[in-house]
Formats: sequence, C-alpha cells, structure tokens
Amino acid sequence: MKEVLVISGKGGTGKTSITAALAVLQKRIAVADCDVDAPDLHILLKPRRKSEEEFIGMKEAFIDHSKCTNCGICYEVCEFDAISKDIKKIPFRCEGCGVCSWNCPAGAIKMKDTVTAKTYIADINNGIMVHADLYPGAEHSGKLASRVKEILRQKAQAENFNKKLIDGPPGIGCPVISSLSGVGLAVIITEPTVSGIHDMERILKLCRHFNVEPEVVINKFDLNKEKSSEIERYLDKEGYSLIEKIPFSRKFVDALKKCKTIVEFEPEGILTQKIKNINSKIWSKNE
Amino acid sequence: MKKIAVASGKGGTGKSTVSLLFALILSEDYRVKLIDCDVEEPNCHLFLEGPVKKQEPVKIFSPGFDLNKCTRCKKCEEVCEFNALVVTEKKILHFPELCHNCKGCLIVCPVGAVSDSYRVSGIVYDKSIDKKLSLRYAEQNIGEAKASPLIEAIKKDIQKDVQIVIYDSPPGAGCSMVETVNNADYVILIAEPTPFGLSDLKVTVEVLKKINVRTGLVINSSQKDNSILTDYASNIGLDILLNIPYSKEFAREYSRGIIVPDIFPGLKESVKELIKRL
Ligand code: SF4
Ligand code: SF4
Ligand code: SF4
Ligand code: SF4
Repeated sequence: MKEVLVISGKGGTGKTSITAALAVLQKRIAVADCDVDAPDLHILLKPRRKSEEEFIGMKEAFIDHSKCTNCGICYEVCEFDAISKDIKKIPFRCEGCGVCSWNCPAGAIKMKDTVTAKTYIADINNGIMVHADLYPGAEHSGKLASRVKEILRQKAQAENFNKKLIDGPPGIGCPVISSLSGVGLAVIITEPTVSGIHDMERILKLCRHFNVEPEVVINKFDLNKEKSSEIERYLDKEGYSLIEKIPFSRKFVDALKKCKTIVEFEPEGILTQKIKNINSKIWSKNE
Repeated sequence: MKKIAVASGKGGTGKSTVSLLFALILSEDYRVKLIDCDVEEPNCHLFLEGPVKKQEPVKIFSPGFDLNKCTRCKKCEEVCEFNALVVTEKKILHFPELCHNCKGCLIVCPVGAVSDSYRVSGIVYDKSIDKKLSLRYAEQNIGEAKASPLIEAIKKDIQKDVQIVIYDSPPGAGCSMVETVNNADYVILIAEPTPFGLSDLKVTVEVLKKINVRTGLVINSSQKDNSILTDYASNIGLDILLNIPYSKEFAREYSRGIIVPDIFPGLKESVKELIKRL
C-alpha cells in the first residue's frame, strides 16, 4: 500500500489543483483532504457523501454560575486568558486544559466534550474520499487532520485500496506535522518566488525532522527562470530530488472556474502531460 | 492607532502582497508597522530590506522536574489533559509536542517538584525599513506545533507613535487566524474570483461573524467577471473595498522579491482614500 502526501509550505502554489489532477488519473484511489482549515479538494473531486461522523476535538470548560462564588481562582490560573475577571468565558480561547476545573474550590467548572468538526466518507468516480468540515474558529486542526488520515487508512485497508493520496495543509505547524506522520512520500509543490523558496526550505527541513523523504515539483517555473535554477541548485546540494517543472499557465484557473481538474479540462495539453509524468514517478518510487 | 488585519481562508491569494502594498503606500503619509503574523512561514521580510533592530526569543512554559523532591504521587499526570506526562518509578517523561504549556502540572504539584522552566518556541525580529515603516516578524522553530504563543508575543509592545498597524494573518480560518485578528479594528479579507476562493472566503466569514469585527473584501486577481464573489458579497452585505487585477509584470517582480505599487494605475490613490473610511 502506498501513501503520498502533497504539501507546499506556502499556500497558493497549486497544491490542490495538482492533487486533484493526480487523483483523477488513477484507476482506483483513496483520497483525503487534510487541509482541514481551508478544504478545497471537494470542489474538484465532487465527492458524494455516504456517511458522516461527529468529531470531538477537545474538551471545554463550562462554568455553573449557580455554584460559583466569584473567588477568581479560575481567572488567575488560566494560562490562556479564556476566563475574564468577572468570571465569564471568552469565546475561542479555551484550550480545554482543565486547570480551572481542577482548581475551582466550589466545583463549579465542568469539562465537557466539544464537537469541533464533522468528518465524511464519500464516493468519488474512481474511489473514495475522506474529508471534514471544521466548525468555524474551532481549534486543534492537527488532531482533526490525524483523524481524517486515520479514517482514510481504515477505509483503504477494508476496501483494498492500494493507493492513498492526501492533500495536506499549508504551513509547518500542527496540522502539517500530523499529516506527515507515517506517509511514504511527501511531494512538495513550490514556485520560483523568494517566498516560495523560503517556505520550501523550511518544509524540507520539517520532512527530514520527521523522517519522511520529500520530493519537489516546481510549479510556474518559467515565471522566474533564475529562481527556478536557484531551487534546482539548492535541491541538488542538499540531496533532494526534483520530480517535475510545470510551466506557468492561466489554464489551471480556467479549469478551476469550470470546477474541473486540468486533466479533464485539457486531456491532451502540456500541463496534463506534466501531471502524468509526476504521477508515474511518485507511485513507482513509493513502493 | 488603527489596527488592520489582512486575512484570507486560503493561502496564496495575495494576503502578504496586499499587506505589503498597503504598508508601502500608507507609509508615504503615516507611520506604519507591518506585523507578519504568519510565524510558520513568514514572508514579508523577504520583500523589505532594512537592518534588524531587535531580536528576541519567545519563551514558553515547559515543565522541569526535581526527581529528589518528587514523591511520584502522579497528580501532575492526572491533571494533564493532553497526556504529555508519564510518571514512572525511575523518572518523569515529558512529551513537548503534546504539551499545551497550561502550567497545570506546576500548579498542582503538592511538593513543589515541578519548576517554572521554559523553552524557546521561536524568535521575534524588528526590522526598520525606512523612517516611517517598520516590520516585525517571527520565525517559529521547526518541529514546534503551536503558533499562538508567538503570535501573541509578536503583537505586544507596539511603539506609541505608530499610526497604522497592519497584521498579515496566517492562512486558514483556524486558531492562528483568530489569534491574529483578535483586537484588530478592521479585517480586510482577500479572495480570488474562483470556486476555491469563494469556498474559503465563506469559511472565514463564518468565523469572523463570531468575533464581531468589521470586515470588507479585496478581490485579488480580479477579472472582468467577478460575479462568483460579488454575488456572495452582496448577499451577505460584505463591502467590496478594492479590486486588484492580475498582472504578470507584478508577478515577475514579486518572484524576485520586489513589490511595485505603481504597476497598478490608481492603486495608491484608492488605498489612501480607503484608509480614511476604515
Ligand atoms: S474558581 Fe470556581 S468558584 Fe472561583 S470564580 Fe472560578 S468558577 Fe467561580
Ligand atoms: S480549561 Fe484551561 S483554557 Fe479553558 S478556561 Fe479552563 S484553564 Fe482556561
Ligand atoms: S504544562 Fe500542561 S500540558 Fe504541559 S505537561 Fe504540564 S499539565 Fe501537561
Ligand atoms: S505532582 Fe509533583 S510530586 Fe507528584 S508526581 Fe508530579 S512532580 Fe512528582
């Protein structure tokens, strides 16, 4: 069974468009959208939901004001400024650490499980897709990304999928770390801009930190050929491999506007050819 | 002091670009501080040259244990909601990647065996760009999971004479974005007129509704037909502040690390006009 994660560090490099196109090329595939803060893969892959599940992402403190004596201890001990001086909960700030509840002399604070998201298992034309809706402003997207991946693994196992493809989140923080754990290959989509390079270097380091071998795709490489060569030299020097360079084209946006992947939009085009190259490389290497 | 946050659900929609454009244009008339709150992948400093004036590590609580004092009562393990502690006969194991730095263990230990130690989660930099423009950004240490302590630190202690603060928010609509826009006077949302752009905009708008802050929309890479965004905006009563067209020339300069406001005719005037309204 092979598991490939697509990430980018910087947003907007074309990660989701490329992931969706890679998915469409497969005969049979299990896909997951771990970019739970801004999930977009469903727009291109059009999943049909089969089942859903509530996700309990955290615990939250609830103050029973009929028991509270206004002693102020909870306000003092909360490290996250989630309780105001007049003993009211401040929205979005509670981390669920339970320290207030533990220390409340009146037993007025209860910790309750909080549903922070819904996860879905859905059908796509050539397989299944697992994705999630994080409730507005909810925390702990890292845990949710882990859960999405866990469901993907269970389903793929049960239904004998031998290819798993994951659209990962941007950044290098908790959701990315959760998405990275245990994958066979991380494909990094970068672009030849100063910011693209900066973020790529950081995410490559993160991959090595977590023992995942990354490979790189340069999208829009001809936007700045000098910067592209700079990326190539860097990868070469550090011993990372480059899989493909994709030329700049507004066709990705044109396809997106029709809610299609580039492979469906222009089956014979140069971009599709490039995606096919990436496709054959990532699956053959990741045995 | 006006505090303006620039946010978008999706990454790569031009959030940093708009923050930089606003900072450069407005610093012609005001004293401006740009704060790059994307501490995981900071970018603004790549576009603004200038000497680093100050550099400070951000420390977060990370418990230390005095095994001679410890009676192995396991109270710390019990209080820890995140399973970041395991107390054994021989030693106490602490898993920093699970720890939320809540100090529960420190508060609960009956014999004072837990010490108020810290680790460095990242570095905050202050860079002066020119007389009227300064930049603050931070770099989160690799492998550190939580951005919020750094974001909180980076927003503190702004010089009194600054007239406009611009927060460049991290992508997404999660905890980091909320931490960033928290206490801003106005949030400028950036979206591109595509189905991805619309979907992410919706998520962000939902979150901001709960925080109750004034918001408006800037359409980036705007086209002849932006109805996918404008229809939604007029439906929910979201102000459209500005349209910034796609420009390959701008994209090329950008790729080299240069922001040129003059590429867009009339943009300077519009931004200066806009800021008076916000
Ligand atoms: S610690 Fe308990 S009793 Fe004291 S103010 Fe908080 S909720 Fe009320
Ligand atoms: S559970 Fe923790 S974060 Fe939430 S209010 Fe209590 S002390 Fe604060
Ligand atoms: S600080 Fe909080 S999360 Fe960290 S080990 Fe102590 S109790 Fe656990
Ligand atoms: S609470 Fe204090 S004494 Fe008890 S096990 Fe933890 S460190 Fe040791």
